[in-house]
Amino acid sequence: MTTAAVMSLPITSDLEIAGVRQAVREAAVAAGFSLVEQTKVVTAASELARNTLVHGGGGRLEITMLERPQGKGIRLRFRDEGPGIADVETALSDGYTTGHGLGLGLGGARRLVQEFAIDTGPGRGTTVTVTAWPRGARRV
Amino acid sequence: MQRVSVHRLGEVLLASLQQELTDSLAVALQQDLTGMAAAGTRGVIIDISQVEIVDSFLARVLAEIAAATRILAGRTVVCGMRPSVAITMVEMGLGLPGLHTTRSLEDALTLLEAGEVSP
Amino acid sequence: MTVAESSGAAAVAEFLRARREQLAQQWADLALFRAVYTSGRDIAVNAAHGLVDALTEVARDGRMDDVTVPALDQVRALLAQVIAARSQAGAGPLQVAGEVAELKRPVIAMVGRELADVNRGAALIAATDLMGTVRLVGMEISLSDEGAIVARQRQQLSEIATPVLKLWDRVVAVPLIGTLDSARTQVVMETLLEAIVDERATVAILDITGVPLVDTVVAQHLMKTALAVRLMGARCVVSGIRPQIAQTIVQLGIDLGDITTRATLADALEWALAQVGTSVGRA
Ligand SMILES: Nc1ncnc2c1ncn2[C@@H]1O[C@H](COP(=O)(O)OP(=O)(O)OP(=O)(O)O)[C@@H](O)[C@H]1O
Ligand SMILES: [Mg+2]
Repeated sequence: MTTAAVMSLPITSDLEIAGVRQAVREAAVAAGFSLVEQTKVVTAASELARNTLVHGGGGRLEITMLERPQGKGIRLRFRDEGPGIADVETALSDGYTTGHGLGLGLGGARRLVQEFAIDTGPGRGTTVTVTAWPRGARRV
Repeated sequence: MQRVSVHRLGEVLLASLQQELTDSLAVALQQDLTGMAAAGTRGVIIDISQVEIVDSFLARVLAEIAAATRILAGRTVVCGMRPSVAITMVEMGLGLPGLHTTRSLEDALTLLEAGEVSP
Repeated sequence: MTVAESSGAAAVAEFLRARREQLAQQWADLALFRAVYTSGRDIAVNAAHGLVDALTEVARDGRMDDVTVPALDQVRALLAQVIAARSQAGAGPLQVAGEVAELKRPVIAMVGRELADVNRGAALIAATDLMGTVRLVGMEISLSDEGAIVARQRQQLSEIATPVLKLWDRVVAVPLIGTLDSARTQVVMETLLEAIVDERATVAILDITGVPLVDTVVAQHLMKTALAVRLMGARCVVSGIRPQIAQTIVQLGIDLGDITTRATLADALEWALAQVGTSVGRA
């Protein structure tokens, strides 16, 4: 698998969340995602970017274009230096929120992508990495 | 700051959401609608036919508008959701509790005019 | 490689490194980048940086007019993204090739203007070679990309073995036949929802008479489809649940929730006709 074209975007305001959605949409279009596939990855990005802003106190998104023989994909890495998550399994469960949300963001985002990983811990900040492939490029 | 404009059509409030909606715009709309809804308002229509994604934040704002409207004015109808948005919401596990949905704005108006469907 | 060639290449590599920012800024304003990265100039500049860096590597390698060098892989990957986006947006291969060719002018202009006399001749030749190679790679991609699009359209055609029928004004139906795997159900769901928009339908019938087996996975797909139909403001009815299938559903303890079901397609149509006119979905 080759990777290329890393781009990095700040997430410090809700306007920048909108910017994240736009940039992820463009990356998905460039990777040949169908409209439904684009919508899924953009929605996941919107959830994760908001968590970065609201729970993580702001951070950045790094977008990487991926390529393997079956097709192209995109990897999104959301990184913040916030309080971190003590119990990831609980945070991922539907309906769990420490704020006023529906508690569906993290678990929902996981259902919308093909690969999902969280690196976090109390005081360590949070890095969420997700990868999405269009239908034709999913079989390894 | 720009705002989502809300129009009054007789006894109905209509808000058409633009393609890209920031969180603060959504919250401002919620406040505007709750402020405008009053006695004599039958319901609220939110046209989302231009909206490209509905995430948990927007879903919650819509549900809260519905909850507030139910007390003050009647029903909230969301119309025109795109197929890609509907599929994504379902895969994600998001619903629109407390809201009515219709295909088109006309259907939404008909529904509110008919008025006999319980909220 | 002659001495002049290699010194030209080295001068170009050094030039690209030193002028990375200026060049990226100029490329970001060209049609190729502007049309793809519409959300902001920064993103276009960022993408252009990537291409300058990749070309710097090619120049360091020194073989400017060889389209097979490994150093070109990165260039190819970057161009492939941009070109795919352009052709998805409807730009034909010729137009895209023209847009790729435009990348050359700012490079040549800057090399000619900025390099000292001793290096200029060899560097200009090397830069021209390099940009010629970029153009070739671009052509190769946009032509093979066209091939990919044709192949994709063929695949989509074969997937629409699941036709959506318009049964009545505002009533659509999809007769499901055969085994339902995830990928196929996804296609069915998408096709049905699109048909709801196209036909301005308010009722969708999912007929599973032709489905041999309903297990938990299939039931879940039916639920999801029904939910999505409702979010869109239409209603969904599942028909053709044969007695054996009804029994399996009960035995497996599958909860179809509040999905409306009917025994036959005719029953479902009757139900649908009663709904049309009220045309109301509940989320
Ligand atoms: N980047 C992060 N830093 C710290 N905590 C986080 C982060 N992301 C998620 N969390 C924690 O995980 C919980 C669940 O997140 P999730 O996105 O599912 O719900 P939410 O953000 O509370 O509500 P919503 O449904 O609106 O997204 C959050 O309430 C928060 O406590
Ligand atoms: Mg969240």
